[in-house]
Amino acid sequence: MDKFITHTGSAVPLRRSNVDTDQIIPAVYLKRVTRSGFEDGLFAAWRNDPEFVLNQPAYKAATVLVAGVDFGTGSSREHAVWALQNYGFKVVISSRFADIFRGNSLKGGLLTVILDQSEVEAIWAAIEAEPSTQITVNLENRTVSYNSVVCNFAIDDYTRWRLMEGLDDIGLTVKNADFIDSFEKSRPPHKPLTLPIKG
Amino acid sequence: MAKTLAEKIWAEHVVRSASGEPDLLYIDLHLIHEVTSPQAFDGLRLAGRAVRRPDLTIATEDHNVPTQNIDKPIADPVSKLQVDTLRANCAEFGVRIHSLGDKDQGVVHVVGPQLGLTQPGMTIVCGDSHTSTHGAFGALAFGIGTSEVEHVLATQTLPLARPKTMAINVEGDLKPGVTSKDIILAIIAKIGTGGGQGYVIEYRGSAIRALSMESRMTVCNMSIEAGARAGLIAPDQTTFDYIAGKPHAPANFDQAVSYWKTLFTDQDAIFDVEIDLNADDLEPFVTWGTNPAQGASLNSNVPNPADIADEEARGAAERALVYMGLEAGTPLKKIAIDTVFLGSCTNGRIEDLRAAAEVVKGKKIASTLRMLVVPGSARVRLEAEAEGLDKVFIDAGAEWRNAGCSMCLGMNPDQLAVGERSASTSNRNFEGRQGKGGRTHLVSPLVAAATALRGTLSSPADL
Repeated sequence: MDKFITHTGSAVPLRRSNVDTDQIIPAVYLKRVTRSGFEDGLFAAWRNDPEFVLNQPAYKAATVLVAGVDFGTGSSREHAVWALQNYGFKVVISSRFADIFRGNSLKGGLLTVILDQSEVEAIWAAIEAEPSTQITVNLENRTVSYNSVVCNFAIDDYTRWRLMEGLDDIGLTVKNADFIDSFEKSRPPHKPLTLPIKG
Repeated sequence: MAKTLAEKIWAEHVVRSASGEPDLLYIDLHLIHEVTSPQAFDGLRLAGRAVRRPDLTIATEDHNVPTQNIDKPIADPVSKLQVDTLRANCAEFGVRIHSLGDKDQGVVHVVGPQLGLTQPGMTIVCGDSHTSTHGAFGALAFGIGTSEVEHVLATQTLPLARPKTMAINVEGDLKPGVTSKDIILAIIAKIGTGGGQGYVIEYRGSAIRALSMESRMTVCNMSIEAGARAGLIAPDQTTFDYIAGKPHAPANFDQAVSYWKTLFTDQDAIFDVEIDLNADDLEPFVTWGTNPAQGASLNSNVPNPADIADEEARGAAERALVYMGLEAGTPLKKIAIDTVFLGSCTNGRIEDLRAAAEVVKGKKIASTLRMLVVPGSARVRLEAEAEGLDKVFIDAGAEWRNAGCSMCLGMNPDQLAVGERSASTSNRNFEGRQGKGGRTHLVSPLVAAATALRGTLSSPADL
């Protein structure tokens, strides 16, 4: 995973709430067995509409998505994160993310930033007035800045450290294999195994 | 210190806890399926890792499999490749799999409980958000993404931040014709799609205690539609009776039950949030919009967005009515339906099929619609056939299919056409969820059955 310390780019306003993962990438695109090539499915239904914000030339190069509240609800499909990343997004900003989507994004290095709704509205106004507005998301300082505005955001120290170091969780957990070994020794015998039942 | 049920289960599964880090939580059962696992197995191969506990892992095929002609090769080559990939991965890594044609194949959240693998006090994960279903047994169960699937395959653990706790107290008695689906749809409408975000919900109260095990699963299943990754119900005699006799029920059953009986929220434990709902007031509930919180009593009208005070909710309602092709003020019961879908991990179990069959028995579905009956698992299908339910549905004019997720998510050939309108016992009414341009109303099995007979959204009381 690439290290994430700071990112600067233009942003696209997605003025919708409750953007569920079926909208981010419909189920018909989930049949692939790879992690790449999902950009064609990103917001597939909405991209048929020439008016849709992602189809507007002014926002073509955007790398920051600024969305309404409750972004990423619904299905646990990590393909939603891959589709956003494959398309070129590095950061998504919203006032609230669904738990599973947020977990997936932070595992995969797509930074999801939570700001107050008033701050989201202010960014929408700025990038609609001037689509080339550059937004800087600084994970080290936990700030989003554009023009002369600076917004602070919260993210737990552990996740921030992991993203800044570009570490994946499995490698970190494997270092604690001794803890897992000893925990397993105390597992109650009545808990089921999935081994086939004979007879 | 007094603990909630969720806190008790959490504490019993902490492998490692360190200040400033998420807890490392042990996972007792990992359910996998064809859609969210291939990239995880690829990751294992790339890193040269094994599946740590194949004996705590089980796979089935559900999301993209066809529900017709299952004795023939899967026609869609992309779907076929995905299913073949799961089979090859399970063979390579030694994971038990129930494939199409096997009596234990089916929707993963129907299969776990029917095998008796879902038991109180466990931690259960699956790369599917409706893993919350298993919480009905007093298990801490939640959906995960593919990176986490790989993590659990490799380590049988997950690093997780401790969730907050929410109690939803449902007291009173349900009126005839009102089901657990109506309870959960009413809860979601009340707290919103983000209301449970960051929480584990524990459903409590006399109305919850009175529910059957399968009805409890319907409630916990849709916790995620309220934003909560997990829903829980404390185990009781109903739970123990359901598990008894299942293939994977504990050999020393009494010992297990005495442990299960410790799994409840302590009297003086404090939830971060408590919400009350009166079961006496509930009526059959349906959705009119494009998120599961956009629902209302079946006896009411399509709401007028202008009456919604919150600007954001008003805009969302306006967009939803355009997508759904509905006029504000239209009685919900006047809405004509093209397809009735009975099935899914929400309402595809035997009790759901029995309840719907009771309504349609000896009658004919409206000539203006089609009805798909998709049992949640092959075993549910066999059980229904043994009871003659297949004949009841077929005689009424419905289609009797094989098990799978089917039209719940429109990944296999069972899809709505553009503009086609469904009454669906599934869990999501998102735009295009059941097929591009399709329009979904979420309903209970009873409403689905009555709607099939009348052609418009209806409850059995309207017959």
